[in-house]
Amino acid sequence: MPSNIPALSSQPVPSRRDLLRGAAALAALVPFTAACATAGSGSPASGTSAAPVGRITKDNPLGVVSSEPLEVVVFKGGYGDEYAKFAGGLYRKRHPQAQIKHAGLQNVGQAMQPRLVAGDPPDVIDNTGAGRLDLAALIADGQLTDLTPLLDAPSAHDPAVRVRDTLLPGVVDSGVFDGKPYVLNFVYAVWGVWYSSSLFAKHGWTYPATWAEMLTLCEEIKKTGIAPWTYQGKYPEYLNDPLLTMAAKAGGMEMVTAIDHLEPGAWRHDAVREALEAYAELAGRGYIMKGSEALSHTEAQTAWCQGKAAFIPCGSWLESEQASVTPEGFDMVVAATPRLTGGDKMSAATILASASESFFVPTRAGNPAGGLEYLRWLLARESAAKFAELNAALPAVKGAVDGLTVSSGLTSINTMVEAAGTDTYNWRFRGWYAPLAKVVDDSTGELVTGRIDAKQWVDRVQKAADKVAGDDSVKKYRR
Amino acid sequence: MRHGRRRFVAGFLALPLVMYAVLVLSPYAQAFYLALTDWRGVSARAEFVGLDNFARLLDDPQMWAGLRNNGLMLLVIPVVTILLALLLAALLTLGRSGRGVRGAGAYRVVYFFPQLLSVAVIGVLWQFVYTPNNGLLNGVLEAFGIAGRSWLADPALALWAVMAVVVWSSTGFYVVLFCAAMQSIPREILEAAHVDGAGRFTVFRTIVLPLVRENIQVAYIYLGIGALDGFALVQIMTVGPGGPDNATEVLGLGLYRNAFTYGQFGYASALGVVLFFLTLTLAVLVMRTSRRERIEVV
Repeated sequence: MPSNIPALSSQPVPSRRDLLRGAAALAALVPFTAACATAGSGSPASGTSAAPVGRITKDNPLGVVSSEPLEVVVFKGGYGDEYAKFAGGLYRKRHPQAQIKHAGLQNVGQAMQPRLVAGDPPDVIDNTGAGRLDLAALIADGQLTDLTPLLDAPSAHDPAVRVRDTLLPGVVDSGVFDGKPYVLNFVYAVWGVWYSSSLFAKHGWTYPATWAEMLTLCEEIKKTGIAPWTYQGKYPEYLNDPLLTMAAKAGGMEMVTAIDHLEPGAWRHDAVREALEAYAELAGRGYIMKGSEALSHTEAQTAWCQGKAAFIPCGSWLESEQASVTPEGFDMVVAATPRLTGGDKMSAATILASASESFFVPTRAGNPAGGLEYLRWLLARESAAKFAELNAALPAVKGAVDGLTVSSGLTSINTMVEAAGTDTYNWRFRGWYAPLAKVVDDSTGELVTGRIDAKQWVDRVQKAADKVAGDDSVKKYRR
Repeated sequence: MRHGRRRFVAGFLALPLVMYAVLVLSPYAQAFYLALTDWRGVSARAEFVGLDNFARLLDDPQMWAGLRNNGLMLLVIPVVTILLALLLAALLTLGRSGRGVRGAGAYRVVYFFPQLLSVAVIGVLWQFVYTPNNGLLNGVLEAFGIAGRSWLADPALALWAVMAVVVWSSTGFYVVLFCAAMQSIPREILEAAHVDGAGRFTVFRTIVLPLVRENIQVAYIYLGIGALDGFALVQIMTVGPGGPDNATEVLGLGLYRNAFTYGQFGYASALGVVLFFLTLTLAVLVMRTSRRERIEVV
């Protein structure tokens, strides 16, 4: 039970009782109580048990009461909110009596936090963008609905196939916490190393398959006066994506799992150290554009688009993010991170894949069945194709771009995803243990500026991981 | 009659007092309470954990980095800003003619300009000034044949680069404050000193400085409180933010990160309580010293 704030009863001037008797003062006390952060928990009666349940039929696999209103809140960022409204339109075709309220916000976290605390959230939230709410915290407090019924329901475009089987590899896993799917990430994101295919064609360069080839190519690129690499120095996590992917491909899934499970000494794996040494060498040989460590993502990516550097690490959103500054004929493409050696445990095509735009259904929503049903329509191939068409990005649904004419970047993403097949992986520690992720990012920033070496990096990160592992107040997760 | 007047006064006071209680006192009280819980900020569930959050603070390297950096800012920013503002104010007000340098009025307006910009604008502007490859600062340095630096990405320079911006943006306000104080010094006293053969520096040290001492103390408190914050500029400008490698970490940033990135509102509240007491201690200390000195002067 929420405890009332002790200070609640103490008024600024308690001796002036007559003052308090004023009706205005009493009326004003109502918001005073409501304003207490933890006081609005509501009665136990406001739980999920009160939610309306409809009859489950073939056409209504989630038991939606068609007349119930539905409220959908999405992040209106780089991908806009047209696609979300489109999915709402499909929902209304099936449930014509439903009133749907759409909201596209830039600060979803800030706006939704008080409603979640008060127990009055909308039916679907796309928890994305700066200031998004911590998913691990939401789940630990029982705020999110288990999405298993949705994933096991027949998909909207093909009733013979379950929703979970229409999704790209890694999508379901990216929303699993403690073995249960709580979050549906709608936009498929893959990471790799980007370059301009026209620049490479002009110089006759080919994308390297191993790190040794990468270093040879970098030497050649450097001779032309172009910096071989740049990165988004202000946010070193961008560089961690290819670095840790190289380690993961060499060390295999066992190593990834051990690291995510905070096992003692997991970061001391040889593959981690070798990948660190590889990137330290990149910096040591002067292959990273001067000043990169102080550039924001915009500055670094723009310098890369201007041809000042040949490679930049980034996720699949890069092409749309850079659309306004990319010169004609630049033809950016992305490729899988090179292998450390030929003896890697994962295949050469393996990519770091995850999904973003984190949709969930709050447990205290007024119409949780409607929320799940909305997500089912969002995952219909029609909605997914609409999304791809509007945003030149890959949604989490298989085959969404089939038959669409797409840009060089999205084509290369699609090729990379198809080549990888089920060979995708993702780190979970970033979402589960954010303070550990910060240490990893800070340390990589120090590594590539030569202020620490690979051994010091490992020592720092292992120490931070051990600290999280030993902290009882941090909830632990398993893959 | 008296009763009616009381009601009249109460009618005016009730609303502001209640608003003050709701918007100021209640959040403070709640922060103190939340600091003793494990509230995550996403539901109403908050369990009482006693002083655990404060114990964890002691073992948090980021908290210590923040404390160290705020401490350095507290030592550097008020002193440098006040010295600079005093110098400029003296140049603008204390000439032999009694009117300061030519165009003093225009300078006073220009110095005040940074005060009109929001912190966010200042942060973004200076980020461009500091950016390594085509930034203004490196451009100027390179024109003189001096090699540029990655100002915000070098742990030895980053905090100083941020502090320079704080000084730049706050000096103008204190120039105006000190100008007003210096102008209120009776001209006869200054003239008498000149007649007695006191040089400009002596006049400044022995007459002007003691007479504007109270303004300096006010400035010190304000600047000190500002130096204990620094959140906005660090958040906008620095690598990480708070980096490289915690070189520009400040307590306010740690508070923000713990609350809004890590979902640890209870722990963040504990940080807030610590920051509250630090600020309070600073204000009390400065005011105590000022009281003693006033007695000495009198």
